[in-house]
Amino acid sequence: MTRKLKEILIRRIFFLFACVSILILGLIVTFLFREGIPIFRVVSVKEFLLGSEWYPTFDPPAFGIWPLIVGSFIVTSFSTLIAVPLGVLSAVYISEIAPRPVKEIAKPVIELLAGLPSVVLGFFGMVVLAPWLQDTFDLPTGLNIVNASLMLALMAIPTISSIAEDALYAVPREFKEASYALGATKSETILKVIVPSALSGISTAVILGMARAIGETMVVLMVAGGAAAIPESLFDSVRPMPASIAAEMGEAPFRSDHYHALFATGIVLFLLTLAFNLIADYVSHKFRETGSGTL
Amino acid sequence: MEDNRVIKTKDVNFFYGKFRALTDISMDFEKHRVTALIGPSGCGKSTLLRLLNRMNDLIDGTHVEGEVLFEGKNIYAPDVDPVEVRRRIGMVFQKPNPFPKSIFDNITYGPKLAGLGDRIELEALVEQSLRQAVLWDEVKDILGQSAMMLSGGQQQRLCIARALAMKPDVLLMDEPTSALDPISTAKIEELIQDLKKDYTIIIVTHNMQQAARISDMTGFFYLGKLIEYSATEKIFTRPDIKQTEDYITGRFG
Repeated sequence: MTRKLKEILIRRIFFLFACVSILILGLIVTFLFREGIPIFRVVSVKEFLLGSEWYPTFDPPAFGIWPLIVGSFIVTSFSTLIAVPLGVLSAVYISEIAPRPVKEIAKPVIELLAGLPSVVLGFFGMVVLAPWLQDTFDLPTGLNIVNASLMLALMAIPTISSIAEDALYAVPREFKEASYALGATKSETILKVIVPSALSGISTAVILGMARAIGETMVVLMVAGGAAAIPESLFDSVRPMPASIAAEMGEAPFRSDHYHALFATGIVLFLLTLAFNLIADYVSHKFRETGSGTL
Repeated sequence: MEDNRVIKTKDVNFFYGKFRALTDISMDFEKHRVTALIGPSGCGKSTLLRLLNRMNDLIDGTHVEGEVLFEGKNIYAPDVDPVEVRRRIGMVFQKPNPFPKSIFDNITYGPKLAGLGDRIELEALVEQSLRQAVLWDEVKDILGQSAMMLSGGQQQRLCIARALAMKPDVLLMDEPTSALDPISTAKIEELIQDLKKDYTIIIVTHNMQQAARISDMTGFFYLGKLIEYSATEKIFTRPDIKQTEDYITGRFG
């Protein structure tokens, strides 16, 4: 075989493999839409998204996923609120402050946290955190927004921390030297030069952490409590979208309205995650090209 | 009589771990002069330069023996704050390294940290520093734009302006033109000539002609030792030591 032929063959093979994954993604999306769209023959898009009643098995059924969207939104935002400071600050500590031996332990440990199966975290939330919350705050149930948010935050921290740390690590040494040479202390250098220079990467880390939290199923299924109602306090139970799909899919008759409604919920979830990823992509590109401009 | 020697090193040894990078360096640097440090790569000249404002502190596993006296005080004494040292001894690096901030914010970074907050004073300082670095006319209308948009030569002059904004006594330059084209290099050399009226300049360079053109004093380093140190003219025309002559005439290095 000539060298040229080999080259062409190898290129074709790689192209084929790239195509396979794109094709599979395309098929899944097509399937998702094909199974989800029919629900809109029964309810309007507006009723579906903004209807506040989710009684899919009643007669007549009500397919309003607003409580599920609110559930997802509130659990995601609250967990972001917890995970962002912890994730970003631990990244700063590991990349800039920690002495080498501490760094060599802390970094893999945090990354190991990312490898923890979510069902284990859910288990922990159910068996340890829920009873504690229930007793301490005298609640009807410990399976609620606070519990789910804490568990989701635990899942998002390693994502945020390791991506943010990569971004901090990539800040050129020259910037740090310039700062020190101008009489800056270490903390001034971190706050005014290193973190601003890594801001696009840190934002990407935060958004990807959020995307991780919004799509996570097992934890919210186990510890969010499962009430499909708009919550009134942080100690109320909620039913985020992924939990609803996972819990109900098994009992929804094939191609019934309920079945289509769950797929449509999947579409909403897919679009949200897609939006998060596009924003993350946009943020990281925008800042990269202009060199972070006038931060 | 006033002592003209603003920095003196006394028997300085410097170690990276166990490796001795500098051996018994004793050298005086005079006020309002340009002193060039030359020698082949790895001879320790940049290490010495970075010792003078304690930049080597930032590298793990290094230590210094001997004294570096700045205006008579040892900057390695335990009660000396390296931050204070660096405010008075500025530095310009080999690769232009402006912050990814606006031109204005680049210049005011150091002064703001040092406590200068008045907007009008800051504006005056920015103009003064940029004029000193002969960059004002090129950037006066784009002070709010990112410094990253400037050319390499402009960036390096911005870095010089940024160092000057701290009103240092001494300016250390670590091969400031090695990443620049000949025209930018010429501009910066001219600038160095102007600056020596007000500042003491110590410059590391690989470029022999540059050392000959701009410096008053030249020190030749080889394998971590100061081989010969005297007036530039003497070093380049009739050096005392054969090694210096061999290096300058291009026989090695």
